[in-house]
Amino acid sequence: MSAGEKYVAAAYGVVFVFVLVWVVIIAAKLARLERETAELAELARERADG
Amino acid sequence: MRSIGVGAVALMAAAIVMIVLVAPEDADQGISQKIFYFHVPIALTAYACFGLGAWKALRLLWRGGERYDLESYTAIHQGTIFGALTLVTGSIWAKASWGVWWTWSSNQLVLFLVLFLFYCAYFMLRYSVEPGARRERISAVYALFGVALIPVSFFAIRLANDFIHPTVFTREGPQMTDTMFAAFLAGWAAILALAYLMYRVELSGKRTDANLRELREALSS
Repeated sequence: MSAGEKYVAAAYGVVFVFVLVWVVIIAAKLARLERETAELAELARERADG
Repeated sequence: MRSIGVGAVALMAAAIVMIVLVAPEDADQGISQKIFYFHVPIALTAYACFGLGAWKALRLLWRGGERYDLESYTAIHQGTIFGALTLVTGSIWAKASWGVWWTWSSNQLVLFLVLFLFYCAYFMLRYSVEPGARRERISAVYALFGVALIPVSFFAIRLANDFIHPTVFTREGPQMTDTMFAAFLAGWAAILALAYLMYRVELSGKRTDANLRELREALSS
């Protein structure tokens, strides 16, 4: 692999890693929102039961 | 949102095919010129995000409404992310083409860094003020000031005769072959679609977050 090819791979790799990190962050956020929604649903059920 | 996601993935795949297989190798820079097809679209997308943030800020100041504050903030957040990517990919390209990671003698580079740091300061300002109408107005005014830097940054190389940073788009049109220009357009469409997808997902997450907080307060009282 030539030096030029290495730099091109590095530049595109940075973009790929960035998208990957973004997906991981969004997945973590989604998991937190799911957990909080479940907690609120539980709270609402307890209130409805009295 | 699903169709936007599918569209973004399809555009990204098409752009990669165009860049790798269709666009010819540059006679002057060789293969390292292929960084151009993602680096420039990422920079233009950062400008577009900052512009969108300013437009939403203007609507907030004009009409009021919490939703515009959230939309402006999200757009500026996306712009800052793409701004950081512009600096990183540009730095790699600089090393490949000029042999240095950064040069202070290029107005285009320095002005883009100033623009990026200006928007980084947006977050410091925003989080130093208590949430509410005051913070919304201050953030909106700051976002509007920032958008004035975009044309300065964009036209810097034309205004200051910057010989280091290349000028590809001139009054005579794009200085490249048709296939190179097609690959550039494909790359730009892909990056714009990715940015729009990220904007919508982040905005949706923030809205859901706010709704859940409101619901929690209502259930706790």
